[in-house]
Parts: sequence; structure tokens; C-alpha cells
Amino acid sequence: MLDVKPMSLSSRYSMLLPLVILAFMSLLSMVFAITQGSVSLSFSAVWQALLGQGSTLNQTLVVELRLPRVMAGFATGGLLAVAGALMQILLRNPLADPYVLGISGGASVAALAAILLGIGGVFMSGMAFIGAVLSTLLVFGLSTRLGSTAPMRLLLTGVVIAAGWGALITLMLALAPPHKIPGMLYWLMGDLSYASTPWIAWLVLIPTCMVLMPLGRSLNVLARGPLQAAALGVNVKSLERLVFLLASLLTAIAVTTAGSVGFVGLVIPHMLRMVLGNDQRLILPASALAGGCLVTLADTLARTVIAPEQLPVGVITALLGVPTFLYLLQRGRL
Amino acid sequence: MSQLVLTQLLAAIPNKPPQPENALSLSFRAGQMWGILGPNGVGKTTLLHTLAALKSPTSGRVELNRQPITQLPRLTLAQQIGIMFQEHQDGFPATVLESVLLGRFPHLSPWEMESEQDVALAYAALARLDLMDFAQRPLNHLSGGERQRAALAALMAQAPDVWLVDEPTNHLDLHYQVVAMGLLAEQARQGRVVVMSLHDVNVAAQWCSHVLLLYPDRPPIWGDAASLLTQDNLEPLYRQKLAMTRLNGKPLFVPVA
Repeated sequence: MLDVKPMSLSSRYSMLLPLVILAFMSLLSMVFAITQGSVSLSFSAVWQALLGQGSTLNQTLVVELRLPRVMAGFATGGLLAVAGALMQILLRNPLADPYVLGISGGASVAALAAILLGIGGVFMSGMAFIGAVLSTLLVFGLSTRLGSTAPMRLLLTGVVIAAGWGALITLMLALAPPHKIPGMLYWLMGDLSYASTPWIAWLVLIPTCMVLMPLGRSLNVLARGPLQAAALGVNVKSLERLVFLLASLLTAIAVTTAGSVGFVGLVIPHMLRMVLGNDQRLILPASALAGGCLVTLADTLARTVIAPEQLPVGVITALLGVPTFLYLLQRGRL
Repeated sequence: MSQLVLTQLLAAIPNKPPQPENALSLSFRAGQMWGILGPNGVGKTTLLHTLAALKSPTSGRVELNRQPITQLPRLTLAQQIGIMFQEHQDGFPATVLESVLLGRFPHLSPWEMESEQDVALAYAALARLDLMDFAQRPLNHLSGGERQRAALAALMAQAPDVWLVDEPTNHLDLHYQVVAMGLLAEQARQGRVVVMSLHDVNVAAQWCSHVLLLYPDRPPIWGDAASLLTQDNLEPLYRQKLAMTRLNGKPLFVPVA
């Protein structure tokens, strides 16, 4: 018999260690993001401002401007990455992602309509949320036939609906009055500068991760296919419904917070799977952390590269994500 | 000691009207090794899926130790009934060890990590099917026969009382056919229920204690393998002329053109 003891011990460590490292990196990325900007601050200045000490200017800068934005960015990244990881398990397809499935397209159309109508702020966020939910229902409703949903049909329906939203977006941009176009474009490319209420995203992200933790093993089984999962004792229908609901909710909140930030949901889970294997108990929380890191750092770059001008964060996530993903794919085990 | 009791069971075979005279009323008892034989498309797989409560029957019921399987929670059922599918679904990439370890799923609570004992059981299953060197390989890099052995190893790790196996010898070379059937026979000897579908009548004659013959055009028959596996019963089953000889006291059938 093989010596199994080190194996099972190391498997527990191998699950905890990456999470600890990622959590540390998350914290570091957030602190770093707060120090960077049009005015660079030192770590100690940030620390003092967070404690309510130091100059009022620094306090305003840190507590009222940078902290909410960094928090919003991190949560958005976490939401998108977890949503992507869930969609990929649900459809057992590496291509699945909230953006590919048209969910963010629906949100974008609704948000752009709001901009065109001159509705701003909270109402625009509300419209984006409703757009995401409607698009989800549309995709799911259209792809369900006789009570069953084949993953391939769901994916194809999502891709086609996404293309439809894309056409509507182009149409709206073509018809929009010129002075509204920059705002619309920024929203489409993802923009955290208006993300003033990060706590909503956190309020969704943290409980979702808690719900997903005990479901990790069931999701591992589901990833082997629905029939196998049922044979091993998983209530496949209710689990799939829950996963789809959660993934849609996460996407809707993310899109509402930051606009259309692409690529995170597709790339982060795959990067992690290539490095850490495919145990959902590890991949889901790791996705939340790594997705948060990516968007936080991307947004820091977006704010500073051509400061005081700002770039849309979605551009940076894609520019960072594409080469990293391709590199990992070349040498990875996918 | 488990037993699976079928009462007036009619499995729902796709695209076929149910025929009441085909209803099955029989018991699969501990220690027995059942082979389900019949031509392609007669419903062997459907019957196995019905026995695993993955498909509802048209009528009748299946009871595991006097409890209808449709009333047992899925997880409880999976602790007692295991099934190996004929088609191995391509899920997300996983290693052989991971896929075998998933067999332990029904025995763990949601918060539990696989214990050393679970890992040991998985490794024992891998060793039994000569897959030790494949433990860390991706499942989708394996050959058909290796995947078949991995699926059997997963079922072994699940360690159910009732083993439902759809075509255990598929894709396997002659040596591993003997390994696989030997494993199933060992389970039966240890007091488990083993029910398998087989396309090879000689494997059934060699290994099974009981057989269930599903005919395309007349009611099924079941019982002791030695008395049922005859030319008279098998020729109408496959609508094929057979020649029979004996080897070590067991019948051996060869199709005659």
C-alpha cells in the first residue's frame, strides 16, 4: 500500500496555502491602489488617514475617494470571476462567462438607454440591474425546452442573444447625440469612477462565497456531468438552478457597480484551474480573490497611466488578461 | 445484506410503447451476480438507470430493502446503490485520482474534506485496476479501456451494496475483462448485489449466477444462469443461429453465419 498520509495532509495545505497567498496579495493590491493616484501617498499616510488622523485633504482623498473606488473595483472583480467560474461548471464549457452569455449585454443596453434618456445615478444602476436580470431570463427561457436545458443550447442561445445586444448597442451609439457618446463608451468599457456604493457588491459577494463553500464538493461532482452527479447523490436540478441564479445575481451586481468589465469572468477561473487544479472548493474562493486583485490593479493602472486623465478599467483588464491567458494556455494543462 | 426487489416493473424505454406482459417481478439478492442480456436497443441501459432511480419507470416499483427507491433521498440512495455508465461523459478536466475520489462523495458531509481513509480507498481502487501510474493523469488523456477501468475504480471507491454496471467489459482487453469481472465476482462473494448488462453471452455464461433475458418480441425470462443459457433461449433472443460447445463445464456460444 502506498504511503497516503502525506498526500492527504498536503491536499489540505495545498488548499489553504494558495488562499492565504491570494488573500495577502488582495490586501496588498488594495493598499497599493489606495496609495496610487494623481497624488501619491505613502503607506503610513494611508494608514493614518484610515485611522482618522493626518491632514483633512489626505483623509478626504483616502476615505471618500480612493477607498470606495478600490473596494468597488475589488468586489466587481470578485463577483465577475466567481460568476464566470460558476457558469463554466454549469455549462461544462470553458467558454461560458457572463459576457459571452449575453447577461452583461442586456445590462449595457438598459444602461445606455438610461444615459440616452438623461437618467443618471442610482436609477441608471437600477436599469442596468433589470437589464441583466431580463437578459438572464430571456436566455434561460429561450434555451429551455420541455423542462430541460442542454448546456450547448444554453450557450448558443446566450451567444446569439449577446450578438443581438451588441447590435442594439451599436445602433444606440450611432443614433446618440455626440455629447453623450463619451459617457456611453466609458460605461461600455467598464468604469469605476462612479462606483460610490461598493458595499452592495460586498454584501452580495461575501454571503455568496459562504453559500458556495459547502456546495464545492457537489459542484465538483456536477463538473463530471449531470448524470454522474445524480448517480452520486446530487440533486442536480435544484443545484443547477441555484448556481444559475447566483451567477446571474453576481453578474448583475457587478455590471451595475462598474459597467461592462469584460474578460475577468472568462480568464481568472481558467488561470487558476491551470495552476491549482479543478477543485471548486479552492477555485471559487480563489477566483473571488484573484478577480478582485486583477480589477483592483487594472483600475489603479487606469487611474495613473495617463493621470490626471483616466482610462476605462475594462481596457486594462483585457490588455493584461489576454497575454497572460495565452501564455498559460501555451504551457498549461488545459 | 441488501436486496433489490422489482415488482411489476416496466422501464420507460424511449420510442417504445409499454407492453404489460414485459413487466419484471424479481429480486436481486445479496451474493448474486446478475447478467442482463438482450439485443441492441431492448432497454438494458434504461433498466439499469431505472434501478438507480435516475429514470422513472412507466409502472411498477423498485424497492431497496423494502423501501421504494423513489422515496429515498438521493444521497442516501447513492450510499447504497452505485452505477457505472456505459458512456463516460466528458466533464471538466479532472485527474484520474480526482475522479475516483469523487466516488466517496455520498459518504461525506458537505463541510467534510476527504479523509486519509477516503484517499486510501481511492488508491486501493486504483491499485486494484492497475491505474496507480495514471493517478495524476488527466482523465481525457486516457484510452477507452483505461477510462473504463477508472470508472470501475470510482465505483469501487463508492463501495455501494448494490453494484449496477452497464457493460463492464466494454473497451477492455482480454486480461482486463478478467480483472473487471473478477472484481465484480468478488463483490458478489462479499455479499453485495451485482447487476450488469452484457453484450457478450459467453462472459455471462462464464461469470454470472443469474441472468435476465430481455426479448425484443416476447416476455422476458429470468433465473439461474446455468439452466437459462441454452441455444433454445438465446437464438430467439439475438435472432441469430448459434452453435454451442462446452469448456470446463460452462457453455460457449458461437454465432453461425
